[in-house]
Amino acid sequence: MTAYLSIRNLTVTLTGGTPILRNVSLDVVAGQVHGLVGESGAGKSMIGKAVLGTLPRALTISTGEIWLDGVNILTLRASQRRQRIGAIAALIPQDPLTALNPSKRIGPQITRRLVDILGWSKQVATARALDLLAEVQIPDPVRVMRTYPHELSGGMRQRILIASAFAAEPKLIIADEPTTALDVTVQKQILRLISDMQTRHNTALLFVTHDLGVVSKVCDTLSVLYAGKVVEDARMYRFFMRPIHPYSAALLAATPTYTDPTGSLTPVPPKVIKAVEQEIQEHDMRARR
Amino acid sequence: MMYRINNLQLSLPDMTRKPLLGAAPRIKILKGLTFDLPKGEVLGIVGGSGSGKSTLGRAMLRLLEPTGGNIEFDGTDITYLSENQLRPTRKRFQMIFQDPMSSLNPRRRVGGIIACPLRVNGMDNLDTRVTEALEMVGLPNHFGNRYPHELSGGQRQRVGIARAIALRPDFILADEIVSGLDVSSQAQVLNLLENLVKELGLTLAFISHDLSVIRRLCTRVLVLHQGVIVEGGPTEALFASPRAAYTRELLNAIPLPNPYQRWA
Repeated sequence: MTAYLSIRNLTVTLTGGTPILRNVSLDVVAGQVHGLVGESGAGKSMIGKAVLGTLPRALTISTGEIWLDGVNILTLRASQRRQRIGAIAALIPQDPLTALNPSKRIGPQITRRLVDILGWSKQVATARALDLLAEVQIPDPVRVMRTYPHELSGGMRQRILIASAFAAEPKLIIADEPTTALDVTVQKQILRLISDMQTRHNTALLFVTHDLGVVSKVCDTLSVLYAGKVVEDARMYRFFMRPIHPYSAALLAATPTYTDPTGSLTPVPPKVIKAVEQEIQEHDMRARR
Repeated sequence: MMYRINNLQLSLPDMTRKPLLGAAPRIKILKGLTFDLPKGEVLGIVGGSGSGKSTLGRAMLRLLEPTGGNIEFDGTDITYLSENQLRPTRKRFQMIFQDPMSSLNPRRRVGGIIACPLRVNGMDNLDTRVTEALEMVGLPNHFGNRYPHELSGGQRQRVGIARAIALRPDFILADEIVSGLDVSSQAQVLNLLENLVKELGLTLAFISHDLSVIRRLCTRVLVLHQGVIVEGGPTEALFASPRAAYTRELLNAIPLPNPYQRWA
């Protein structure tokens, strides 16, 4: 089992020193899906951005290592780092409408990366794009290649972004809340599609989501984040059967389920929040020493 | 009966297919909806995107003009009332919006935001009413001096609720008000809403795409699909034995936080 992505003790801070990620370590293995869960502002998306080198300007990586398929990309020069990331990783973004250029046809948007960055010929790239569109179950790929993003539904657009993420056979894909903008029936299709594609291509997938229901359907392992710190690392089945950290348990209790209307929906108790914050404070004290 | 809705139809012009000259073709959004909403009930309106759930809500508040049918609010037909005739009734139904960031004026303090509809409706004792409203949604009084951007998502949504209940309406429409919140704040807001409905004797219509949330909060459910009611009835009955194929499809698509759920 090769870890295509290994993050070791990654700390990211805001200019001024406020930590956004605190000592995060995780592994994503070939053929497996690792979930990142937490409330908004917990830093889930920032981990993905740190790996892809797209952190906002105000954030800097202060310590830690990010190993992409055996190379610590933080030791590489900027140009080499970009090349390495481009060759190994890809992103499935959250909002398919803003991720696609509204003034360009679908075809060139998929092939551009292949032609410009990986140096494929236009014909090969186009053939590959057509294959992929068929693989993500888009009817009539030839026609869709010539359409503009606004002509397609949300589900279709997300399929195109999935196809485009898999286009260059990346070893690692980061999916940042890929189904949050979709409704449940479409979400189901898209999740199944991502899962199938990931298994078929033996990709390592880092899956960022706030929905524990989704985690239980696609992930093999997961990390629970609170305020940029991993509070629990778990295998998926174990997590849902016996969450260890009180915050994880509270998060599960707050998740609504239609099968258990009376038992569901307890907000995370203040006691639990206090305990996690205490834990984080202690961690910061230790880090300063 | 709070609402009696009979054969409600609504169509909007399709501007993407408007010819250069002449009228745009109309798309039928609501295709003849008929249902009753008794007082004191919490009605969940559920459906996929584009099913017309928000349009239905907006038509119920006369924010959109129906093209056919009748809407009867507490015994009076409000379908074709002019804006002037409707004015006294307007304060009896209020709305809470999906995105609190864009529905709260960023330049005004929370207190001013809540007081605004009170002032418009010519009420007195604004300060006491604002304090009362804040208290009811569980926000301390000094939050009245804060700006919306200083609040968390859950707190902002509480301000939206406070603004709606400050007028002491009979009916509130809540359009996807928890879909942008984390599970924990979502649970808080839903619990708050449930208590308010009981305390104030409100009738509530709750639009959501999340059947789990609907089950927790609502006493009745209406399932919409492409502008048609595919199923409606008391929550327990609907969840126990969903009749329409579309309802079953919706239920089956929900990923429960349980790895052993059969999700095929």
